Amino acid sequence: MLTPQERRLGVAGGAIALAAVLAFMILALLALLAFPSAPAGGTIVTAYMWRILQFTLLQAALSTALSVLLAVPVALALARRPNFALRTWILRLMVLPMGLPVLVVALGLIAVWGRQGVANSLLMILGMDRPISIYGLGGILLAHVFFNFPLACRLAVAALDRLPGEYWKLAGSLGMGPVSVFRFLEWPAIARVLPGISSLVFMLCATSFTIVLVLGGGPAATTLEVAIYQSLRFDFDPPRAIALSLLQVAVTASVLGLLGLIGSADPTGSSSSAPSRRYDGTSLAARLWDALVVLLSVIFLLLPLAAIVVEGLQADLGRLLTSNAFVKAATSSAIIAVSSAVLALSVSTLLIRGRLAAIDSRRPGTVAVAYWRLLGASSLLVLLVPPVVLGTGWFLLLRPLGDVARFAPILIIAINALMALPFVMRVLEPTWEAHYARTTRLVASLGLRGFWKFWYVDRPILVKPAALALSFAMALSLGDLGAIALFGSNDLVTLPWLLYSRLSSYRTADADGLALILGMICLALTIAGTLHQTDRSRRAAD
Amino acid sequence: MYKLYLFLPFVFGFAIAHVAAAQEKALTIYTYESFTAEWGPGPKVKEEFEKTCDCTVNFVSVADGVALLSRLKLEGEATDADLALGLDTNIAAEAKATGLFEEHRVDITAVDVPGGYRDDMFVPYDYGHFALVYDTEVLSAPPSSMKELVEGDPAQKIVIQDPRTSTPGLGFLLWVKSVYGDQAPDAWRKLRQRILTVTPGWSEAYGLLTKGEVPMVLSYTTSPAYHMVAEGTERYQAASFAEGHYIQIELVGLLKTSDSKELARQFLQFVTTPAFQNVIPTTNWMMPAAAMSEPLPEAFSRLVKPQKTFLMDPQQVADNRHAWIDEWLAAMSGQ
Repeated sequence: MLTPQERRLGVAGGAIALAAVLAFMILALLALLAFPSAPAGGTIVTAYMWRILQFTLLQAALSTALSVLLAVPVALALARRPNFALRTWILRLMVLPMGLPVLVVALGLIAVWGRQGVANSLLMILGMDRPISIYGLGGILLAHVFFNFPLACRLAVAALDRLPGEYWKLAGSLGMGPVSVFRFLEWPAIARVLPGISSLVFMLCATSFTIVLVLGGGPAATTLEVAIYQSLRFDFDPPRAIALSLLQVAVTASVLGLLGLIGSADPTGSSSSAPSRRYDGTSLAARLWDALVVLLSVIFLLLPLAAIVVEGLQADLGRLLTSNAFVKAATSSAIIAVSSAVLALSVSTLLIRGRLAAIDSRRPGTVAVAYWRLLGASSLLVLLVPPVVLGTGWFLLLRPLGDVARFAPILIIAINALMALPFVMRVLEPTWEAHYARTTRLVASLGLRGFWKFWYVDRPILVKPAALALSFAMALSLGDLGAIALFGSNDLVTLPWLLYSRLSSYRTADADGLALILGMICLALTIAGTLHQTDRSRRAAD
Repeated sequence: MYKLYLFLPFVFGFAIAHVAAAQEKALTIYTYESFTAEWGPGPKVKEEFEKTCDCTVNFVSVADGVALLSRLKLEGEATDADLALGLDTNIAAEAKATGLFEEHRVDITAVDVPGGYRDDMFVPYDYGHFALVYDTEVLSAPPSSMKELVEGDPAQKIVIQDPRTSTPGLGFLLWVKSVYGDQAPDAWRKLRQRILTVTPGWSEAYGLLTKGEVPMVLSYTTSPAYHMVAEGTERYQAASFAEGHYIQIELVGLLKTSDSKELARQFLQFVTTPAFQNVIPTTNWMMPAAAMSEPLPEAFSRLVKPQKTFLMDPQQVADNRHAWIDEWLAAMSGQ
């Protein structure tokens, strides 16, 4: 139990964060609405729009189902082997796809699965005629799984690692078989985080843009996001863009609501910070199975990344790294990534504390639960408002204040932080809930408060998920191109922008090199974000 | 007045300082990003023009020509731009309709573009014909006409850009419309079998060509010049189409809210002179829109020279773009 004052502070902090997030989005929409313009787009609900909507939801649902279904066995295998030497590296690898610009990953996937890709070349040696075609729904699903299966897996492993060591000891002494372990220990832990993971993945896929166009094979495969982009960037029709954005928010939110994916299960359980020693899975069959699923998933992840590395190594990396343009872009990217990650972490902290404070009583009232849900849902739905809409809206708002280029860095940081919010929440909240449930009473009885409570009680437990959340958020911001596209001016160039600009003037080799460098920076960030973890698992192994 | 903005970053935000540069005349030109890139025409154009005037040229760049127009619409009459460089004939009518531009009133007799495009509002500064660029190591006999492209072997794939998000994509749509007229939807339904995928922009499509995923993509007749001049390879060539090629003419226009119109007009005139035109071919990889004082690089003489040029009236494009895109969507995504 919190003291009444702590509860009030928590609820108020959550409310402030919520207000800031909503205000940022609503102000942008209002600015666009107020813009005098002659709508040119015609009606919203046409037969074509209806088809787009259906396709958007269909591919998002399939992508989510596949990503999650594949993530579960891999997560189980990785969680079963806390002392597996490459475990930390595999988990780091799983953050990587998010930090790369979508087009880079798409080209990497094409190098493996495309018409002239490795897979088809191998099959052609075996006498088959280009059996794999990734253009169409299949390619979209493949790419979405590539991006989201590792994300889902990473979050599921974290959930399993949070199970306390006593559980495994008990399971071991009871001689529970794999089925019982799954049923009584693993599944409940995964099931608790599954709605959160699925809704996140669903939204990422529903708002997919470049992947859908590049791998979709034609306009039959189009998402609403494409239509929004078109109405704002090409037609400059703000009312239509807003109508489509609201449609996207409403439809996606109702689908998620219907599926019961918004708002996670009740916080329960206790916490342990390091992966615990496991006593199960010692049979040969279990070892082989785990080795197989982990190996397959690593191959699936590594092949396209390897293609990016191979192409990148052919570039003149020395010249690229020492060029002024690169140094400038890398500096901007680093500052934006760090700032937006810190901002996302701060806002998430306020939201999570608000949520915990709201339901901090034996029987939280309807209003409290509604507030709890609102905080959770709004932190998720931010993904549905396209960055191009936010950017354009804020451009209009800031325009009267002078040169908008001055505000560009702050806006990009804010938009990137907003995009990272759902990820940070997913990483941070489950641990925080569990930690909170375990320690509140103890803390209250010890009378620990403020900084000392944070230092002795919260910090040791929360530092690991916070570092992971930061590395997620930084990777996301590093790979983002959308937010900068509108403001891009000569003074502000980020790495993905630089990469695109090389690509748009025939300099493919430079772009390949930059993709490799960007991947390396992302990997370095991920390693920094998980250093703590290595220490701990080493200690656990000793 | 010219202000240089420095971003002084610290972890949670940016402090802003501005340093006023020397008090001299300044010209603000909005353009697209690849124009101002270090290898683009921007730096040389700035240098050349500043030699002729006691002034400073400032470029503000956005992603592409369409983003340029959107940016101007967003800013309206409060824009800082004196000139907008990088519009093209397909969006010229929409640009005119904003009422933000005024007549250039400069002598453009030096301008010479295929199809003879002339306009009181915009000055052409370069042009290129759309063409399918192919990989000679894969394709030995590229289609020699639009008809052959449309009716050719569906197993031989091409990649085009989406007319909803890309100017070359829109250009190709207009090209097909120019060749086939009312029969365009039928042509698209046939061509659809050959289209591997439709990318959001030029870069993605061209990347698929250079990565060897597809042997032919929509680009410009001038694309092979880059590979010949900068990379010394003749591997990528443009296919010449018997019916003719659709042209993209890039334009620069004067904003009526400009506070240094005299200087801006001086620049518009400069655009039609060899000092500007000499820079274009090997930096923007487009054809010069007026005479150069030096010969074109040898590689340009080996490029496809379209026998016939298609160019639709900008107003016709503005009036029909939505309907034609809807027609394209129906043909490309229908059963």
